[in-house]
Formats: sequence, structure tokens, C-alpha cells
Amino acid sequence: MDNLFNRKYIVQGLFIVVSLILLGTLFYIQVFSDKYFLSAESNVLRKLYTFPARGVILDRNEKVLVQNEPVYDLMVIPNDVKEFDTISLCNIIGIDTARFKKSFKKALNQSRFQPSIFEKQLSVDIYQSLSEKLYRFPGFFVQSRTIRQYPDSIAGHFLGYIKEVSPTDIERSEGYYRPGDYIGKTGVEKSYETALRGKRGVVNMLYDVHNVPKGSYAEGKFDTSAVSGEQLISSLDIGIQKLGEELLKNKVGSIVAIEPATGEILAFVSSPGYDPNLMVGRQQGNNYMNLLKDPNRALNIRPIQGYYSPGSSFKPLDALIGLQEGVIDENTTFNCPGYFKVGNHVTKCEHVDGNIALRRALARSCNTYACYVFQKLLTQKKFNRNSRVAYDYWQKKVKLWGLGDTLGIDLPGERKGRLYDGAYYSKKYSKYWGYSTVISLAIGQGEMDATPLQMANIMAAIANKGYFIKPHLVKSIGKDHVIKKEYLKKNYVGVDAARFGPVIDGMEEAVNSPWGTAVASRIDGIVMCGKTGTVQNPRGKNHSVFIGFAPRDNPKIAIAVIVENAGFGGTYAAPIASYITEKYLKDSIAPNRRDRVEWMKKQVILPAPPKPKVKPKAAILDSAGKADSLKKSINSAEPKKTIDLPNIKNPTLIKHEQPAKQ
Amino acid sequence: MSNQQSNRFFFNVDWITILIYIALCTVGYVNIYASVPSHNSADSSLFNFGSNYGKQLIYVIAGLVLGFSILLLDAKFFSVFSPIVYGVTVLLLIIVLIVGRNVGGNQAWISLGGGFRLQPSEFAKFGTALLLARYISSFSPKFRDLKSIAFAALIMGIPLILIMLQPDAGSALVFLAFMFPMYREGLSGYFLLIFLGMIVLFVADFLVPLQILIPIILAIGGIFVYQNKRKQKVMFSAIIVTIVAIAYLFVVRIAYEKILKQHQRTRIELILGLKMDPKGVGYNVIQSKIAIGSGQLTGRGFLQGTQTKYGYVPAQSTDFIFSTIGEEWGFVGCFVVIGLYLFLLLRLINLAERQRSTFSRVYGYCVASILFFHVFINIGMAIGIVPVIGIPLPFISYGGSSLWSFTILLFIFLKLDSNRMGFI
Repeated sequence: MDNLFNRKYIVQGLFIVVSLILLGTLFYIQVFSDKYFLSAESNVLRKLYTFPARGVILDRNEKVLVQNEPVYDLMVIPNDVKEFDTISLCNIIGIDTARFKKSFKKALNQSRFQPSIFEKQLSVDIYQSLSEKLYRFPGFFVQSRTIRQYPDSIAGHFLGYIKEVSPTDIERSEGYYRPGDYIGKTGVEKSYETALRGKRGVVNMLYDVHNVPKGSYAEGKFDTSAVSGEQLISSLDIGIQKLGEELLKNKVGSIVAIEPATGEILAFVSSPGYDPNLMVGRQQGNNYMNLLKDPNRALNIRPIQGYYSPGSSFKPLDALIGLQEGVIDENTTFNCPGYFKVGNHVTKCEHVDGNIALRRALARSCNTYACYVFQKLLTQKKFNRNSRVAYDYWQKKVKLWGLGDTLGIDLPGERKGRLYDGAYYSKKYSKYWGYSTVISLAIGQGEMDATPLQMANIMAAIANKGYFIKPHLVKSIGKDHVIKKEYLKKNYVGVDAARFGPVIDGMEEAVNSPWGTAVASRIDGIVMCGKTGTVQNPRGKNHSVFIGFAPRDNPKIAIAVIVENAGFGGTYAAPIASYITEKYLKDSIAPNRRDRVEWMKKQVILPAPPKPKVKPKAAILDSAGKADSLKKSINSAEPKKTIDLPNIKNPTLIKHEQPAKQ
Repeated sequence: MSNQQSNRFFFNVDWITILIYIALCTVGYVNIYASVPSHNSADSSLFNFGSNYGKQLIYVIAGLVLGFSILLLDAKFFSVFSPIVYGVTVLLLIIVLIVGRNVGGNQAWISLGGGFRLQPSEFAKFGTALLLARYISSFSPKFRDLKSIAFAALIMGIPLILIMLQPDAGSALVFLAFMFPMYREGLSGYFLLIFLGMIVLFVADFLVPLQILIPIILAIGGIFVYQNKRKQKVMFSAIIVTIVAIAYLFVVRIAYEKILKQHQRTRIELILGLKMDPKGVGYNVIQSKIAIGSGQLTGRGFLQGTQTKYGYVPAQSTDFIFSTIGEEWGFVGCFVVIGLYLFLLLRLINLAERQRSTFSRVYGYCVASILFFHVFINIGMAIGIVPVIGIPLPFISYGGSSLWSFTILLFIFLKLDSNRMGFI
């Protein structure tokens, strides 16, 4: 009996052991592991999002550039879907059954219990006919959100567009974005995404096992309401932006206009452009693909991505640096025999001016004068004939003007331009090179490229007599009109204000004196200063360039206009610049010039490789070395021949030489 | 009843056990109340008798009345009438197979009209316990001869098989609990070891391929034989055991395929981790584990459990009531409840050991063992370490049949205990 009595302890021991096993397991799943706790949260918690309205973008006068328009996303919770008339739903929202199946499968894959977007961006009309019948489609509901709408259909490149986030966007945002959200992909929409997008609202809802909402989690302690995006006042002026786009219609080119005092960009035209409304709505994908296929690359943002030799428009810089360095003064005269020759290098000048002084040299765009200044700059005594030191010194001065590097505009995709340092040439030519090797830089050709933005910025610096403000697209952010600090800082270009007089005189003459290259574009009542350029283009006809600012005293606008393949700068670029300047300063164009504006709008200058254009000036250009490919010239280090065509003094002449339309 | 008698009555009853009983019933009521999906103001009165918790309150009160009535009976009654009680429960088990109502796949209920129904398998437990106690106390103990073992096994086996036929394997398995009192009364410990070995081999048969398992068994057998090579008898049994063990592996495989039903197979596979099926059979267990796990250390608080409130755990007020405790009261709550059970079980064993009569002692062991099986299997399945076999958590799970049968089971023993000085 004693023996059996002890079995009591075995039985009791077993009870204790089993209890400990239970408690041990419980300790693991309740205290040690939080896996089950998290699963419980995901069982019952659903986050419902409310979408904020995206910030509106206004022009500088607070006219609307982009606004929001309501659209309706058809949502589905696959688990709640019961049998229904599929065909009738497809008909209402305008899709076929194949697409229906695909969308439904996609939603199912995303989540059985959470709502997913079934069909995006239904119009108000579709929404109205759908909402009457929605009760017949259990599991489907409509969620409203807003899309972008552009009342004037302008400034597509500037504004950019928004698009549904990609998986990469979601990943990069570390969970901020969720599938179906929209994000700025280019332009201001992208660079000011964080200000524009606002804050999404969240409602944490509890759901029971039948997916019936049971009220908010923790009495809404963790809920937030949606906060609309900030409104942006952009620097753009709708009036001249619109005019600029019309003027560049059917042409390839750019217009950049800057308010010198503030660095605010007044016009930002990239042609060919596109209607920003194409980048909205259900057809966005198709429209985008079509634009991608455009032979003239409508999606390129030419003002910050196009590379052009500055050409003659670089000459004011030669003069200003020369004046600052003291190698010339305003009365220095050089003799122009129609070319500049050093060693075997000959740089042609299109006119034989004999002894020519600074002002006139600028007005007439004398190559010889520019080359002499360049020669003097690089052969200063302090360099001891060390051409690399001399070049680097010069390059540093030029870089101060914003060439050869990005200006840091608040727009994605800006390119640097091209301006090499001495090391590059030392490597390229071994040790034997000098100013004569790179003499074409004096006339803005050769191994130098600038974006239209950089060119306009140089004009702003000249207009300000010695500094520029970083060019930017947004005047102020939000209701408090916040201005970024960096947009108040003056960037000095290393030339004293006093030195600008003669150069500005020359630029004034270029537009306003009978011998100026852009006199055809003179505006009555406005003293515009400027410089034409005719830029060699290795791939076709020369580009027409004009840069300038106005009025001379207290300048309000600095501008760069480039029309590709349009030839002489005075023919297309200068008049376009003058119209925009006039419109901006006077709010309208003088009646006697309006027909010329209309004429300009109608011009078609598009490169069409299989069918070369025939224009009256073609012969001259060809003879002037258009055939030289730029690349070839660089490789052979041949001096460039810059051609500034003889001035067209008679403004009516333009009318006679309408280019052949394609 | 004379004054003196009633004094004795109150003095001798083990009030501590009754307090634990009341405590567990209270825990049950509170958690059943919490398990009712979403309390809105209209029906959240504590005494809504249309709801589960309202009914449970009636069951608890009725249970107490029933329990105290049992205490008023003569202690001799149970021993004398045990064959009749056993006979009636077996009869009910047969009747239920013929006219029973099918609830949840098991033909386990007899409808009594007026919305009441009875689950005979619950009452078979104390019927069997009484007869077993009577049988064991009738001969001078020690299970040495095969005949007595076989007879005891028959008492236990008849209801077990009848319940298996319902089919309700879970409730049937509970009858294996009677091995503990038999063990206490002299059944060889080898039976328990063999039983344990069968379970281990059963599990191993699923997890380890035969070509590895058989060599392992042979190796263990070989070592055993080698060590006992001088004791011929031991060596001989070792060889037999080894052979039987290997044969058993094959029997299990065949039985598994041919005898078990698909849902039973699935449950076993889920527990053994051979199958993942979060939407199907495994759903209950996963949701139950989630609910319990989400309680963390101190629980979410009364009526604050989201999984409980929003009905994520199926059968929560009955078989999975422990998940409510786990979610709303956390590890602390689980600790207290398991502690109460353990205290009750240990106390019942101690009470049983202080009985002078074998009948009372055996019956006490039966009560403790059955409660132990229920508690272990029910909590075990709620936390996913035991296959889902739907048996209730004693005194806590919702349901009149189970509460009353446990009450009768327990209070008969309390009556026997209060009368321990007398003779039966």
C-alpha cells in the first residue's frame, strides 16, 4: 500500500509538469513573441485614407495655371462582391470583359478584404450614371479624388505632370506612398512635391470578422484629417508664356525670360511642347507614349536640357572680363581685316570694319575684336606664358557667370552645359597648346555649350551690372508666401558695376542703332539691349539666337531666345524676344507690329531630314562652313568660323524671306 | 434533517473546493459575457436571458442547486446505484446514436423539447467513474491479473466506443483518463509507459521517414537487449517490444489512411506542422492563438479584446473560451486560471488520498483525471499544441450539459469526502 500511495506524487507531478508546459507556451505566444499581437492588429484594423487636394499653382499675378478637378475612382472589396451583371457594369464604365477580369484579378491579388482601385478616374458623367445603379454591384463603391486641370493648356514642361506612383517610388518613399497615390513626375510638380501633395488623412477603423465596420480605433486618437497641399505662386507670367508658346509653335527652340532683380523666371517655353491636359486622365499612358515617339522630342525640356554654342552672344562676356582685367578699356581699338589670324589659325569675321572700338564691335558682333580680347586675356604677363594657368584663370572667370555648371534651378533634369578646364586641353594636346588652340571659345563656339537658361541668366547678370540671383520658378509657397532664402542671395560675377557701361552701350546699339545686328527688332519706347547669335549646328541649319534685356535703365526682363535651324539670329530669335519684351513691359504689342507677330506664329521651321529646307540664305550658310560637323572640328581643332550675317536693316525684308513651309 | 446533522454537513464539506468551483464558474460567466459579439446598449444587461451569458447564469445557479442537492443525498446511494447510473448513461449513448440530433457533424445531442437538449457523453463520464470505483473497490485491489484489467477496460471501453461512433473522438479520448485511477490502484506503470510510447511513436511516424525510424528503434532495442543479455526474461520482452513497436508504425499508417476521417487527418497534420491551412481547419487555431497572443502580459482588459469583440475566434464561448481569457486578461489571467485548476487538481488528489474507502478514493482520482484531461486538451488546443478536439473547458465553457455534468462529477466526490468518516 505504501508503494501505491507514492503514485499520488507521480500523478500530481504530471499535473504540475503539464501545467508548466501550458504556461510556458502561453508565455511564449503572449509575452515573448509579438507576432500574434501584430496579427491581431491586422485582423481588425483597416486604415481608410482621405485624399487631400493637391496644391494649386498660380502664375505671378495669381492667375491659375493648374487647378483640381474631381474624378471618381471605382473601388472594389473583392470579398464583398456577390454575383452581379458584369456586362452592365462594363458598359457603364466603358471597359470590356477582358479588362474587367484583369482588374478584378489585380484587386484580388492586392487584398481580399481591403478596397483596391478597380477603374481609375471616371468622369463626372460616368459617375452619375454609375451611382444610380451602384446598389446592383455589391462590393463596389466610388471614391472621389481630384486630378489636375490646366485651364490655359500651357507651360507643360514647366509645370510637369503627376502620375500614379511606381513600385520604386513607393520603396523610395519608405512607405509614405501607397499603390494608387499620385506623385509629381517632372517639373514643378516634382520639385515641389512635398509642398503640393499636402497630408493624407487617415481614419483607423475596426472591422469585425464579417468585415463590418465597428467604429474607429481608440476613439480616433490616431486619426488625422487630410490637409490640402500648399498653393504655389510661380514666377511665370501667363501672358508672355502663352505668347511665347504661340510664337514658337511649329518651331524647335526655347524661350527663357528672367526678372533680373529677383531671378524669377517669367517665361519658360520649350518647343515643341505639349498640352499638359494630355498628361491627365485615363489616356495619360497612351498620350505619353505618343509624345515619346515625337521625332522632335516634345518631352525634352530644352531651356534646361538643350545644348547650344552661345555663339556671338558670348562676346559681351569677353569684353566684360577684358575690361575688368584691364587688358582693354572702353576706347581700345583693334583692326579688323575681315579675319583674325594667329599662326595658322584663321577666324573669319563676316565684315571688314577696319579699326573698330568696343561698342561698335559689340553692336556689329565683330569676331576679330573678340579674338583680340581673348588673346590679350590669355597672354597677360602674370601668367608667364603658361597657357594652362592662363586658361584656367579665364575659365574660372567665365564660370562665375554660371556657365559650365548647373545653376540649380528648382526643376529636375537641369544639365550643366560644357566648359572644360585647362587639364582637359593639356591632356588632349599634350603640353603644346595655347590661346590660339582654343581661340574659337572667344566667339562662343568650339568646346563650349550653354543651356538657354544659362544664356538668359548671363543677361540677367549684365542687366544687374554684376550679379545674378539663382533663377527659379516659384515666387512663394503657401498662404504665408514663404520665399526660399537662397533666392535672396546675390551671386557676383566678378566684374565691377562700373565696367558694364560700354558693354551695355554696345548691346543697346545692336538693337537700336542702324548698324546693329538686331535693329529690326527695335521696340518703340523701350530701350532694349541685346546681342544676336547665329550658332553653327552640326546637324543642320544654323540656330537663331538672341539674348538681351530691357529696358536699359532698371531692367525688368532678361531674355534668351533660341530657334533651332532658323538661321540668322536677327531674323527669328530677336523679333520673338522683342515681342515678348514688349508684351511684358507694355502689356500689349504696338498695333503696327501685330501683323508681324501673327506672321511669326505661322512660321513652320521644323527639321525634316529627308526633305531639306530651301531658304534664301541657305547658300550663304553653306559656303560659310555649315558642312563642317562640329565634332569633326573639335577633333581636328580647327578654328571655328562664326558667321554673323550682314544686318538686315530693312525690317520688311523678313516678310520677303518666308522660309519654305514643309 | 436534524440540527446536528446539518452542522456536520457544513463542517465536513471541503469549502475550499467549492470556492474554487464558484471562482471558475464566475470566470466562465464573465468571459462568456465578453465573448458575445459587440455589446450594444439594447441587450447588454447582465441578465439578458436570451443570450449565452444570460443562459449561463441560469446554468450556474441551477448547477449550484444541483450540487447542493447532491450533498444532501445519502453517500451510500452512489455506490449502490452506480451500476444503474452507468446502465442509464450507456443506454442514453445508444439512444443518441439512433434519435440524436446532429450538431456540428457529431450526433451527440438528445432533444428534450422546449429548446433543451442533452449531451449524454457528458453524463457518461460520472456514470463510468462511479462504476469503475465500485468495481475496483469490490475486490481487494492490485491490478495483477489480466481478468480484472480487462473488466476495468471494458467499463471504460463501452462508452468510449459508443461515443466514437457518434463520432466524437474528442469526448471519447477523455475516457482514457481512467487509466490514472487504475494506475493508482496498482495497474503497472508499464501501461502508462506503453501508452506514452504509443503517442510518441504515433507522432514520430509522421515526422520521421520509416527508413530512419526503424533503425533507430532497432538500435534502442538492441542496446537494451545487449545490456540485459544475462536476464533472459527481460531480454525476451525487449525483443517483443521492439517487434511490436515496428509493427505499430505500419498499423498507424494503415489506420490513419483507412479509419480516420479527412477532417481528423487534417487536424493532426496541422498540429504536427505538416500542413498550413490558415483559411480552413487551421483557422480556428490560428485565430485563437492570435487572440491569446495579442493579450500580452496583462491583457487588453475586460470587453476590450478586439478579436473577441469582433468575432474573429469561432466557437469562442464554448470550446475556445480560453482565447477570451488570454486576450482580455493576458498572461496574468491565464496564469491565474491555470493556477486555479492546478490547485483544484492537486487538492482533489489530496482529498482522494485521505478517503478511508477505496470507492471514494478511486472516484476522487477519476474526477481529478477527467478534469485534468479536459483542461489540458482544451487549453492545449487553444494554444495550438494539441489537435482540435472539441471538448469544453470545465466550469468555464458555455453550455449546461457540460457544466452540470462536471458539477455532478465534482459534488458527488465532495459528498463522498464529507462522509469520509462513515462507511459506505
